[in-house]
Amino acid sequence: MSATRGGVAWALGRWTARLAVGALVAFMTFPTVVVIVASFNDTAILSFPPQAYSLRWYANALTYPQFQRAAVNSLFVTVATMVLALPLGVASVLALERSRLRGRALWAALLLSPLIIPGVVSGLGLLILGAALGLLRSRWLLVFAHMVIVLPFVIRSLWVSVTNLDPNLERAAASLGAGPWRVFWWVTLPLLRPGLFAALLFAVIISLNEFVVSLFISTRVTEILPVAMFTYVVNYTDPTIAALSTLFILGTFLSVFLADRLLDMSSIFQIGRGGRWERV
Amino acid sequence: MARDAAELSSPPPARLTEGGGAPVPALCLAPALVVMAAFALGLAALLQYSLLEFIPGSLRTGGLTSRNFQQVVAPQYLRAIWETILLSVATTLLTLVASYPVAYALARTRSTALRSCLLILTLAPFFTGAIVRTYAWILVLGNSGFINSFLLRAGLLENPYQMLFTSKGVLVGLVHFSMPVMILILAAGISHIDPTYERAAASLGANPVLTFLRVTLPLSLPGVVSGSLVVFAWTFSAFPTPELLGGGRVKMIANVVKDLALDSFNWPGSAAFAVVALGVTFVLVAAVARSVERLRPGGHP
Repeated sequence: MSATRGGVAWALGRWTARLAVGALVAFMTFPTVVVIVASFNDTAILSFPPQAYSLRWYANALTYPQFQRAAVNSLFVTVATMVLALPLGVASVLALERSRLRGRALWAALLLSPLIIPGVVSGLGLLILGAALGLLRSRWLLVFAHMVIVLPFVIRSLWVSVTNLDPNLERAAASLGAGPWRVFWWVTLPLLRPGLFAALLFAVIISLNEFVVSLFISTRVTEILPVAMFTYVVNYTDPTIAALSTLFILGTFLSVFLADRLLDMSSIFQIGRGGRWERV
Repeated sequence: MARDAAELSSPPPARLTEGGGAPVPALCLAPALVVMAAFALGLAALLQYSLLEFIPGSLRTGGLTSRNFQQVVAPQYLRAIWETILLSVATTLLTLVASYPVAYALARTRSTALRSCLLILTLAPFFTGAIVRTYAWILVLGNSGFINSFLLRAGLLENPYQMLFTSKGVLVGLVHFSMPVMILILAAGISHIDPTYERAAASLGANPVLTFLRVTLPLSLPGVVSGSLVVFAWTFSAFPTPELLGGGRVKMIANVVKDLALDSFNWPGSAAFAVVALGVTFVLVAAVARSVERLRPGGHP
């Protein structure tokens, strides 16, 4: 800021603050680095730094049958969640924004409410309900749970796009003779693309990582990857999970990086320039 | 559970102008409401079970009883409740202190590259998932983990220092888990403060510390309050972190819920604990809404 107020104390303060931020960011990133190093450790017993390096735990992670089964389940549940939650989200947001519905805020609050319900509560509730309905052996129960969990994020991401949408473009299309469905398909939906992409990203990442609720409502046959990993960590101590975690981290990092490139993440989280004060 | 709360801090965006865009039938809301209704049915089943009698060795239940709730405060469970309260308070305070500098840097840096970098480093753990993040701390804190290996090699320790399976170890994991969401909420709050206020204070002769204490901090109070309560509510029902880092020796309420439901098959007893956790969360969220509402008019132009 003001160079006029220079001086040693000022500079010292600035560098202390920078150092603190650096140390805190290091604290956040540090465990990730340790996992990546441990995943290349040759022996089953951990040692830092590793005595020898190998890829055997990657081979073990990729060939362990229960992980393979769980990976297939994860893929099924995540894709099904995504396919169901996105249209549901689009329909809900459009209805909330543009229908002649009363009590909009209340409906919105209802749809966003799963955000604040603890995982063990949703998990146990769905376990009891699933048992009563005989659904506990079905992966669709997981799909349903993930849909409920993901929906608030999908709605929030889409909402930003819908409010930013210029209705004149739709009016123009309609005045040129396009019917409501054609306007929706060829004008509205393409204009919602940034919101749809953000919603998709949230849905996939959250569903792939969902653990607590999934633990309650899955069996050995239907369980998804995080649940299988949890069971492995509880029972074994070798670095197989470190290898699998590294693959997970790599995937997540790539998608967050891509998202930051493709979307304006700062504006989604309302950080930095473009904050509210600039618009007022 | 985890990951959710950045969203809680700010209300949904307000509607644009009236009559923007083509009208849509209200019926479009129906599918989502059906899904929510089914979910609500699950919660209703939970409430019902919390009031039914547990028959050991059976998933069937007996008649109405209040015994499940009396059991919640039985001595062996009181410890878990006390531990949960202590850990939630400690986690919230530590997370707040550790997150503020990062959030401030994120909100106020003028370098786009630095902001992107900080945002990615903040968001990556947010999206990495509970198991991976908790497992990472096992590798760091364990008796043959990173810290102990390092200290033993350096000759600073004779025997490994026990960090895993202690409350302190759980606390470190919980703080690490809560930081991303706290940073995001605080950074959003700080971004909304007009920087000219800070410049005005500085030009009137306030030093940076005074400017921070008298201008920035009070104006960021809504973010501080909502961030703290979100983190408190999360930690109050945290599960994977105490389960893995506590190793059965440190138990919080969510771990008791899981033990009773999945190991003892005592669904009614477990449901009573879950209802308590849900009740506390609701009270806290209502408190967030209220206090943020109250802080806003005074703090905002």
